[in-house]
Amino acid sequence: MADGIALRARLRPYAVVLASRARSQTSYRANFALDLVSSLLSGLVELAEVWVLFHAVTRLGGLDFGQILLVFGMADLAFSLANMLFGHCDRLPTYLRAGTLDIFYLRPQPLLLQLVTSDISLRRLSRAAVGLVALVAGLAAGDITWNVGTVALLVISLVSGIATFAAMFVWAGGLQFFLVEGEEMTNAFVYGGRYAATQPASVWSRPLKVVFGYFFPMAFTGFLPAVVLLDLPAPAWLPAWLGWCGPLAALWAWAMALLCWRWGVRHYRGGGG
Amino acid sequence: MRTTVRVYWRLLRAGFQRQSAYRLAALGGLVANTTFGLLKVAVLFATVRAAGGSLAGYDVGRMGTYVWISQAMLGSVNLHGRTDIAERIKDGRVAVDFLRPLDVQAAEITTEVGRSLFALIPRGLPMIAIGAVVGMAAPESAAAYPLGVLSVLLGIVISSATAYLVGVAGFWLVETRGLQVCYMVVSGFLAGLFVPIQLFPRWLLLVAHASPFPSMMMYPIEILSGRVGLAGALALLGAQLAWLAGVGGLGQALTRAGRRHLEVQGG
Repeated sequence: MADGIALRARLRPYAVVLASRARSQTSYRANFALDLVSSLLSGLVELAEVWVLFHAVTRLGGLDFGQILLVFGMADLAFSLANMLFGHCDRLPTYLRAGTLDIFYLRPQPLLLQLVTSDISLRRLSRAAVGLVALVAGLAAGDITWNVGTVALLVISLVSGIATFAAMFVWAGGLQFFLVEGEEMTNAFVYGGRYAATQPASVWSRPLKVVFGYFFPMAFTGFLPAVVLLDLPAPAWLPAWLGWCGPLAALWAWAMALLCWRWGVRHYRGGGG
Repeated sequence: MRTTVRVYWRLLRAGFQRQSAYRLAALGGLVANTTFGLLKVAVLFATVRAAGGSLAGYDVGRMGTYVWISQAMLGSVNLHGRTDIAERIKDGRVAVDFLRPLDVQAAEITTEVGRSLFALIPRGLPMIAIGAVVGMAAPESAAAYPLGVLSVLLGIVISSATAYLVGVAGFWLVETRGLQVCYMVVSGFLAGLFVPIQLFPRWLLLVAHASPFPSMMMYPIEILSGRVGLAGALALLGAQLAWLAGVGGLGQALTRAGRRHLEVQGG
């Protein structure tokens, strides 16, 4: 009981900051509406990029459009939610250049936790809606035998997908302490990872399977669970049973992320001044 | 006349040199462009093969040219809509620009083009080198090269001139971020950044052609990949000149109207 109250008291500052960020975003109604629309538009265009390919050919990498919708839906929904909660880790180079990161050091809270809870991008909810609709459409179109196993797989994969993408943002953040202006280098794998995750991994070359199948476990966020759910033939180097290993992939991604974060923070010598 | 040319030449060089200061950024861009390029190769080659080896005039070789030239141009063509002029309008520094004996629009675009031209060296040339190794088709006629290079340059200028329009909308909107994000989302798609626009369904292809975006990236690629012949190349160059005149003229008109409308906040 006393522990519960103590925990609540410790979490309260984070909740207050997040609530204030949410309020500040929604208080300018017109601006927030425009943000929602542009975020929706970016989700729709990303879906359109996939749709256009499947309009030109009916099957790609052994999948038809209904099946890729499931891959896209799972991966994109997970990415959008992770982006909403962790996306502002991208702004670390700006904080580093301006020296405003040092403010975080003045507070008796862990640095990473402060950075993550310093903002929440509500506008990305509309993007997540695109992923959700694609996911539902993909589930409806697919020939899925529903039982406890498939529901569990879907939930496990979504949760670990969100965790995996969140880890990517933290991983990139940790490396910004070294890169600062070279942020595009990590973008290649964070946003390139999103792009890869919404593709049929069966078309990848072997090096791509190593990079986006295993090292950055992007195939685990959409493609591999979809292979199990839809009972598709698994491509070489990515066996079907991996579809159940989303949580392991998320653990691996977080281990890498926290290592890079720790490494980055140790390297940091303050903004001067 | 000669002094005017000299001033703009200096602006172009200043932009070029300014960009050359960011070495690590250039390396980062190189890594990003290569990674995305390899992903595009995987999915687009699979698409061409699934279509039986040829799709809308693209075989695997031409698709390779499409991928690597689009990646090479990515650092130089403004498909994000961010401009310096937008910042300067927002904080009022543009008032000083208007005091200079230079055309605000021409000076801004010249500086941007200078930066873009530099970006072709660290970001563009390595992509072409990778493409040459991974495999890309060459055009049939040697004349396609000078025409293609001219088309690349026109594409860069058109993109700067179009992004400038987003910036000067700030004379009326003050905050142009929403417009800039819309530009970013739409421009890449319609310029053919992830999928060549010829793969689009007909109605979407018409929408793309009704916008200046394909002339920034898709037209130069069509010329350099040999998907269009010489006559087609000349027609595309004509279309680019028309778009440049259109967006350039609109930018000039908006700059003049904005100057009359300008209220610098604060004293």
